[in-house]
Amino acid sequence: MTATIDRPVTSKRRSSTARRQNLTGWAFVAPFGIIFLALLVVPIGYAFYLSLFQKSLIGGTRFVLFGNYVKAFNDPSFLSGVGFVIRFSLVLIPLQMALSLAIALMLDIIITRFARFSRLMIFMPYAIPTVIGALMWGFLYSDNFGPLAEIFESFGRQAPDFLSSSLIFYGLLNIVTWQWAGYYMIIIYAALQGIDPTLYEAARIDGASQWQIIWRIKIPLVAPALLLILVFALIGTLQFFNEPKILQQLAAGAIPNDFTPNMYAYQQAFSLANSNYGAAISFALGAVVFVCVYIFLFATRKRGSFTS
Amino acid sequence: MKTKIVLAAITTLALAGALAACSAGGDGGASTGGGGNADANCSNTIKKKDAPIVTLWAWYPNSEAVVDNFNEEHDDVQVCWTNAGAGGAEYDKFQTAISAGSGAPDVVMVEADRIAPFQVQDALVDLKDLGYADVKDNFSEGAWKDVSVGDGVYGAPIDGGPMGMIYRKDVFDKYGITPPTTWQEFEAAAQKVKDAGGPNFASFAANQPAEVTALMYQNGAEPFTYDPSDKGEIGINLNSDEVKEVLDYWAGLVKKGLVGTEDQFTPEYISAVIAGDYATYLSAAWAPGYLQGAGVGEGADAGVWATAPMPQWDPADPVAINWGGSAFSVTKQAKDPELAAKVAFGVYADKKSLDEGWQNQIIFPLNQDVLKSEEFQNYEVPFFGGQQANKEVYVPAANAYKGMTYTPIGQYYYSALTKQIAAINDGKVTGSEAADALQKDVVAYAKEQGLTVKE
Repeated sequence: MTATIDRPVTSKRRSSTARRQNLTGWAFVAPFGIIFLALLVVPIGYAFYLSLFQKSLIGGTRFVLFGNYVKAFNDPSFLSGVGFVIRFSLVLIPLQMALSLAIALMLDIIITRFARFSRLMIFMPYAIPTVIGALMWGFLYSDNFGPLAEIFESFGRQAPDFLSSSLIFYGLLNIVTWQWAGYYMIIIYAALQGIDPTLYEAARIDGASQWQIIWRIKIPLVAPALLLILVFALIGTLQFFNEPKILQQLAAGAIPNDFTPNMYAYQQAFSLANSNYGAAISFALGAVVFVCVYIFLFATRKRGSFTS
Repeated sequence: MKTKIVLAAITTLALAGALAACSAGGDGGASTGGGGNADANCSNTIKKKDAPIVTLWAWYPNSEAVVDNFNEEHDDVQVCWTNAGAGGAEYDKFQTAISAGSGAPDVVMVEADRIAPFQVQDALVDLKDLGYADVKDNFSEGAWKDVSVGDGVYGAPIDGGPMGMIYRKDVFDKYGITPPTTWQEFEAAAQKVKDAGGPNFASFAANQPAEVTALMYQNGAEPFTYDPSDKGEIGINLNSDEVKEVLDYWAGLVKKGLVGTEDQFTPEYISAVIAGDYATYLSAAWAPGYLQGAGVGEGADAGVWATAPMPQWDPADPVAINWGGSAFSVTKQAKDPELAAKVAFGVYADKKSLDEGWQNQIIFPLNQDVLKSEEFQNYEVPFFGGQQANKEVYVPAANAYKGMTYTPIGQYYYSALTKQIAAINDGKVTGSEAADALQKDVVAYAKEQGLTVKE
């Protein structure tokens, strides 16, 4: 500050013009800036501030610095939740990616009305709010209403109960894959559309088969899109909340309140009156997400670069 | 081109959906309710605009009629009613309002087991000096105990849930059994039905910890002792012999395949009940209304339901138990606690509202005037095929009920109990093991919350 005051007089006019220009610039940024600050930075800051305190029913609230984080990483409920979402990601993400890639490649090859229709249909689940999707699947899994039960019954067998604690993993896996595969498919499909067709022509002249084109040209060229999807899916899955929260109403036994870290944070904050610990869990989860994404990006850095 | 438009429309929908999902997931905020403001948004129309206004959260289906009755009869106060969601949904909102220090209504509907958790947070007003004396004799000792924490009274009782054994006459007739009066007979009857290829006899549901707690109480267990005058001390006794006996009993029924393990109150469960997959339903006096609302007792299973007293551990010394029921509590955020207390005691207390409540089977009133009335006692409940269920089962149960001691860490306890019941149902633990694990879990939480635990 002192530097500006001590500046020679000659530069004053220029600096005032610059300041005015600066102000105009800020005025343009302001609408975004205010919303960004008010709705993102301040709440996150406040949540972080909250996470530094510890609240108990007796004795009230006290400042504990990172005590809540230490507690979270020693809390079996939090750790088992994290364990679950990581296990879930390890199965879900490869499955989802393989599926959406396969569909996108197929739709890229067939160019008929049917392809357009299929694309739309496969994308459709994403248009359904996750909450409704989860509810719907809850009914589809049902022993009494579900088509699954009927199909199995016609073979004289009992349908697997996807809402039981032993199968809930697969029940959720199916719901999330169904919900997101179409969305990811669109991203990959868009990337495929962006590939220069002359490449295919050249490949064909060189005698490449359809499979070779897929493996040597298409997949390498959509790798950045795949990477993007992976990061999306990883973040989304680690923050798993909507589907289990909804299905909990149908399967409380299989889905406890600490099923995923996000659900646990919700329980702490809104049922157990401990928003401090809830905030800490959210941040701790954020740290886990960050570490996972970082490890992942680090591991794929080389592989991703061969496309450039 | 057309595809593009459709795609765009779908994307927009998807975005809107995603946003809706976000807000549905994250919404715990106190967006409703007016914190005692006169100009709060009421769901009802206030006729007498000059009178002071008391805000109220309540979820019973006939709340509006009840509030209108109250407003009509009062010139000195008017009630502004909001339905902030039933049960858990309302509690989450109220909890947020407590944490935020504003946004709570003046009077809030709470179930008995939620009073202690809110009381320990200093969120409720003691009604001892705010009109309690005037209505004391209207309710039984057990009814008052349920809404009390230590010496303080933190709610005006509305209704209760004296428990009975609802059963299907057709199933009982078919397999030649009479309503069991003891738990031993209950198991024997279950075995008999099962051996003959009959349906499940009852259900042991992980999502009903309150019911299971009532069953523990019936065996003389006292899982919690708590007195707020000695705020830091709580007795936790979840692995007592009495609790273990109850959990082992049910674990045994589950293991032998005599009872179902489905969650209750789900569409799945209700449809199973309608389909006759359960021979009995151990539940409270409010259950017929609930079941009827869900379509039970119509069509195929019409006229087959009856009710009998709960089976007992010791028939010489029967114990009546209660599941559910609600009260009106005055919140610490009330602008005028005295006026709010007047509303809490007054709403759902006039004859018209009470009659409407029990006749439509929305509530089982705890008001002695109703319980003693001939009209109520002799009422032939249509759901039970004209059985005088009140006189035969529920009124005696309500009168014999001694009340429970609820715990300030009830939320956590329920969630921990749910986990253990699920583990029992999965065959992972025995009842005794579940009780030990439960004790350990809840004690650890209580200590972490700064309570001194007496084991």
